[in-house]
Amino acid sequence: MSVWQTLRTALRAIYRNKLRSFLTTLGIIIGVGAVIAMMAIGAGARADIEATFAAMGTNLLIIQPGSNTSSGLRGGFGSMPTLTMDDMAAVQRDVPSVKVVAPVLRSNQALIGEEANWTTSVTGTAPEYFMIRNWPMDSGAAFTQQDVDTGTKVVVLGKTVVEKLYGLNADPVGQSLRIGQIPFEIVAVASTKGQSSTGQDFDDVAFIPSSTYAHKIQGRFNNYLQGQIYVEAISEPATARAQKEITALLRDRHHLGPSDDDDFSIRNMSEIANARQQSTNTMTTLLASVAAVSLLVGGIGIMNIMLVSVTERTREIGLRMALGAKPHNILSQFLIEAMVLSSAGGALGIAFGVGIAGWLARFFQSTSRIQPEVIIMSVAFSATVGIVFGLYPARKASQLDPIDALRYE
Amino acid sequence: MSPTAKAPAKAEHLIELVDVARVYATGDVEVRALDKVSLTIDEGEFVAVMGSSGSGKSTLMNVLGCLDRPTSGRYILDGREVSSLDKSRLAEVRNQVLGFVFQSFNLLPRTTALENVELPLLYQGTPTKERHQRAKEALRRVGLAERMDHAPNQLSGGQQQRVAIARALVGRPRVILADEPTGNLDSKTTLEVMALFQELGSQGITIALVTHEPEVAEFASRVVMVKDGNIISDKAQSPRLAQVAATAVPAS
Repeated sequence: MSVWQTLRTALRAIYRNKLRSFLTTLGIIIGVGAVIAMMAIGAGARADIEATFAAMGTNLLIIQPGSNTSSGLRGGFGSMPTLTMDDMAAVQRDVPSVKVVAPVLRSNQALIGEEANWTTSVTGTAPEYFMIRNWPMDSGAAFTQQDVDTGTKVVVLGKTVVEKLYGLNADPVGQSLRIGQIPFEIVAVASTKGQSSTGQDFDDVAFIPSSTYAHKIQGRFNNYLQGQIYVEAISEPATARAQKEITALLRDRHHLGPSDDDDFSIRNMSEIANARQQSTNTMTTLLASVAAVSLLVGGIGIMNIMLVSVTERTREIGLRMALGAKPHNILSQFLIEAMVLSSAGGALGIAFGVGIAGWLARFFQSTSRIQPEVIIMSVAFSATVGIVFGLYPARKASQLDPIDALRYE
Repeated sequence: MSPTAKAPAKAEHLIELVDVARVYATGDVEVRALDKVSLTIDEGEFVAVMGSSGSGKSTLMNVLGCLDRPTSGRYILDGREVSSLDKSRLAEVRNQVLGFVFQSFNLLPRTTALENVELPLLYQGTPTKERHQRAKEALRRVGLAERMDHAPNQLSGGQQQRVAIARALVGRPRVILADEPTGNLDSKTTLEVMALFQELGSQGITIALVTHEPEVAEFASRVVMVKDGNIISDKAQSPRLAQVAATAVPAS
């Protein structure tokens, strides 16, 4: 008997008990659907995190000055300037795993255009900053090292600031605005960077040369760096090494003894990203395992119904055997029936899971990402469930004695 | 070992049972359903096996039908020792050499007559086209050519049994085994079915029929009486013609 004929026989048996067959597959539908939805949501969350950290800049280390302690009150990181411009230059020069560095001096300032004003975060930095954050310009060109050296009054605006001051899609390059009392020329508009996962708008920013910031905004200029240093390591795996080397270098430069605490801190963004990824993975795995349990339950449901089916059709089995069906013919008939049930459940479950994932993503405004390998895995898994849970009833059927089976009432 | 164990070049009889016993062990009690039965049936014979219930006639039929294996003794069917074959080989023998007709018809429900008749050919691996052809021909032979798309519940008892006979015929068996084929039929339909068997017999098909009704056994050319697991008589007779009897009964 050909596989095709066996399949036809199985399909016919399934079709004869439409409602029962559907209820049997429901367990698999829900199981596969739940696994796919959970994996899609998990993959979406991972993609969100990846996108956020990619927007921050890859291979990024942030060096912050240390805290000061006065009268027992310990200020947070950055409350005491301990980093100098020379430190930054040394990091760039002496640490081989460092690609580029940029100072980040930041405060909120009022930007006054011709028709509107807007208070935003103004960052004094170097052109390398745009490289570290992988941030191209939409129009115009960012300021150069020469601007930093000479302290020109030029500004790069983020998209949100442009929108607030000049309207949507305006191109104010070449115009001037004031930051506080000081007039600046707009030299470039940065491309859209989007939002961080916490909702912070990356585009609500303005950039000016760090020297200009120190002279004009900060109001006093000394060698201390009143902000952070952004460092890009040469590669992602090199970030940990860079962190160690920078720590050693700065401790040496700050003449810290072995027992002294660091008077600065280094945040490794890729480490933070990895930690977040890992917690998302754990969550996804947990949810998917719970979903997989329902697949198992679905499999048991199939086994249950197949056992009922074998009992119900004992006479049919006896007859088929009398007419020349070999044990393996009967075995494959019932096995294929179980596999058809579970695979159909798997196929419907995929549609169900994709639907649920899309709905959940819209509901929670997150991303859902259907991975092809998860679909393939689900199909394989549900077929396996059919084989595993169909085997026992099918074996039972194939080992029936034709005489007893024919006489069965 | 035994010179007759395998591949006897020439079969003298179509069916040959030699000292066949079938013993069931239920708990501590041994039941000798067949004690020591020797029987030969030649090609073209129409044999009725008679006996009361519990006589061992059903066990004899199961052994003849390769559904059961004898506990001891030898069974040579169509020149082949079948008493020691495994389940799969027995299934092959049933499929290729034997045709079955049961008391309760045993047609698959919600399946057309044609598809029911095709079943043995499915297990023979006959190609689809030929399968349809042969099943149609078998149905035509039992006079149901115009009913092949009917499901069993759309057919009368006599028609259902004729579908079953067509199913027994379709695999071109050497022997048709019928187990109380008229047990569920009224007397008129019984005559029709027996007439069909006689017609098939006249075409050279060997038929072995189990019954407990003497009036059914009358249509056979030979009657074997079984009692307590032994053959107590084995007589040839001139059969009553079912076709004549059928026309004698007024149509209801």
